[in-house]
Amino acid sequence: MGGFSLGVALVLCVIILLSLYRGVFGPTVFDRIIGAGFIGTKTIILLLFIGLIYDRIDMFIDLALAYSILNFIGTLIVSKYFIRKGAR
Amino acid sequence: MLAGLFFFMTATIGFLRFPDFYTRMHATAKGDTLGTLLFVVGLALYTLHHGLHWLSIVQSAKLIFIAVFWFLASPTATHALLRSALESDLIPWTKDGKVVLTWPPKRRK
Repeated sequence: MGGFSLGVALVLCVIILLSLYRGVFGPTVFDRIIGAGFIGTKTIILLLFIGLIYDRIDMFIDLALAYSILNFIGTLIVSKYFIRKGAR
Repeated sequence: MLAGLFFFMTATIGFLRFPDFYTRMHATAKGDTLGTLLFVVGLALYTLHHGLHWLSIVQSAKLIFIAVFWFLASPTATHALLRSALESDLIPWTKDGKVVLTWPPKRRK
């Protein structure tokens, strides 16, 4: 399982770099927001796999849970802010 | 877990290649939700493979909780973001540049 989880973690890092491109060069604000949310989701899975590699998954599960809640709340609040303000 | 990786890859390709915001959001929302669900449920089954100890059962229950929470939260966040994009006059992309949707919809008298 060690080699498999290391390979999956590396592929997830490549996916994060690819979606960072759209997050940085996105034409509108909303592209950047969904880029941030997408990278956040990948980070949750990457945290779980780091826990699997180091055999400390009991600690990393709690980190991933807190990170997923933060990601959700952040996306929701930013979208409410842009409803109020308008993306200009 | 490999299926989850496949869905993440397709979501990323869609995110990079699609022409405007709405189609990109379509690709990422579904690929993200299904990929996360598959990954986390696979990990929850993997933590149980040493035998049913109470610690591994608690870990697996937490993983299932992450999966259920994210399965509810990701479409909610996507919906709120789509609503805010429509409110701030971002026009959906069509092939010939015609406007197919006007927002806000015309109110009846």
